[in-house]
Amino acid sequence: MAEPASQAASAPQSPSLTATGLGLAYGGRAVFQDLALTLQGGEITCLLGPSGVGKSSLLRLIAGLGASGAVGQVSAGDGQPLVGRVAFMDQRDLLLPWLNVLGNVTLGQRLRGQPIDAERALAMLRAVGLAEVAGLWPAALSGGMRQRAALARTLMEDRPFVLMDEPFSQLDALTRTMVQDLAGRLLGGRTVLLVTHDPWEALKLGHTVLVLAGNPARLGPPLRPPGPPPRPPAEPGLLALYRVLLQRLGQAPAP
Amino acid sequence: MIAAARVAVIAGGLLLGWQALVGLLDLPHYILPSPTRVLRAGWERLPLLLGHAGVTLLEIVLGLLLGTLLGALAALAMVRRAVLRRWLLPVVVLSQAIPVFALAPILVLWLGYGLASKVAMAVLIIFFPVTASFYDGLRRTELGWLDLARTMTAGTRRQRWAELRHIRLPAALPALGSGLRIAAAVAPIGAVVGEWVGSSAGLGYLMLHANARLQIDLMFAALLLLGLIAVALYFAVDRMVRRLVPWQAEQALP
Repeated sequence: MAEPASQAASAPQSPSLTATGLGLAYGGRAVFQDLALTLQGGEITCLLGPSGVGKSSLLRLIAGLGASGAVGQVSAGDGQPLVGRVAFMDQRDLLLPWLNVLGNVTLGQRLRGQPIDAERALAMLRAVGLAEVAGLWPAALSGGMRQRAALARTLMEDRPFVLMDEPFSQLDALTRTMVQDLAGRLLGGRTVLLVTHDPWEALKLGHTVLVLAGNPARLGPPLRPPGPPPRPPAEPGLLALYRVLLQRLGQAPAP
Repeated sequence: MIAAARVAVIAGGLLLGWQALVGLLDLPHYILPSPTRVLRAGWERLPLLLGHAGVTLLEIVLGLLLGTLLGALAALAMVRRAVLRRWLLPVVVLSQAIPVFALAPILVLWLGYGLASKVAMAVLIIFFPVTASFYDGLRRTELGWLDLARTMTAGTRRQRWAELRHIRLPAALPALGSGLRIAAAVAPIGAVVGEWVGSSAGLGYLMLHANARLQIDLMFAALLLLGLIAVALYFAVDRMVRRLVPWQAEQALP
C-alpha cells in the first residue's frame, strides 16, 4: 500500500476554484452572507465549523447539487466550466448494494455508458488495499472497507475537483487514521475541499484550513499548517494550531 | 430440504386434522367428505381434474405475466412523467376501489366465456399491488445515491435515463418483489371468480358443476388441486424474486 502515492503524484496539477457571493438562508434567517472562498489548485482545503453552520450546504452548492436556500457563483481557475469535473464523496459510503465492489468503483462509467475500465478500477482498489474483495458485495464489507471502496470510486472518476463531506466521520478512530492517511496520499495533485468537524483531521490533511463559525457565520483567515500533508499528529507546532482552531470555533477562550 | 420437509409435515397435519374432524363429528360425506374419499375421487377423475387445472393455471399465469407487465409499465410511466402521475394515479386507485367481483359479470359479457375474461380478472386484481409497490420503490430512492449519480453524469446527455436504469430501477426491485409476491397470492382469486361467473372450463367451473350434482368429493378434490396450484405458484414466484434481488440478505427475526 506504499506505491500508489507515485500514481497520484503523476496526476497533473488541478486548477484552483473560486466561489463568491456565497449565502445561505435557513428558515428566513441568514446563516451566512456574501462569503468568498478560494481553493488553491492541487491542494487540500479543509473547511472546519460547528454543526449547523452550513458547511454541507456550501459543499453541495459548489458540487452543483442544489442546496435549498444557498446562493453563490463558482468558477474554476482555468476559466473552463465546472460541470462534469467534480467528484463527490459523502460521509455515507453510498455504495450500491446490488453491485459488487468492482461494479461500484466503475459506477461512473456505467452511468455514462462508457466502456468499463476494469483494469484501472482494480488498480484503484489495489491502491486502497481492497483488490482481494473486488468481487464481494458491499454488505460483506466492514465500515472501513466500505469507505475505502468509496474512496476508490471517487479516485476512479479522475476529476480535478474533489468535494468531500465529512468523509471519515463515521469510522472508528483507528480506521479513520488509516483511511485519512490513504486519502491524503491518493488525493495529491487534486483540488480538494474537505468538510470536517474534526480539527485534528483538518490539521492532518489540509494544506489550508478554513474555519466557518459565528452568527452570522464568517470565514476566518486561512491557516496554513507547516509541511506537506498527511502530517503525523505528533508534528511540532500542530498543537498550537489546534488551540487556534478551537478558539476560532468558539470552544476555547482567546489567549 | 428442511423447508420441503416442513411443507410435507404441515400438509400431513392438515390432512390428519381433516380426517379427525370427519371421524369426531360423524359428518355425512355430502357435507364434508373424508380426505381418503376425496383423494380416491381425485385419483379416479384425475384426467378430468388435470384438464381443468391446466385451464385455470394458464389463466393465472397469463394474468400474472400481463398484470405484472402492465403494473410495472404504469409505475415507470408515473415516475417518468408528472402528467401521467396526475392522471394515472387516480385510475390505479380506482382499479382497486371497485370490487373486482362486481366487474366479473361485465368482463364476461364483454370478453366472452373463454380465457380472455378470466385473464382480465386476474390482471385487474394484480395490477394494483404491482403498480403501487413498484411505484413506491421507484420514488423512495436513497437521495445520496441520486446525488452521487448526478455528479457523475453532470454534463452528459441522457442523465435521467442513466439514473433510472442504474439507480432507481435496481433500488426498486425489492419493492417490486413484494408486489409480485402479493400478486402471486391473489391471482388465483381473479381466475376462479371469473370462472364462477361464466365459463365452460377450469377448476372454478368444475367445482360449481360438481356441487350442483352433489359430487362433493370431486368438488373437494378440485379445491385441493387449486390450493396446490396456488401454493406452488407462490413459492415459484418467491424463488424468482429472491433471484432477482440476490444482494438482499434476509435479516433474521428475533
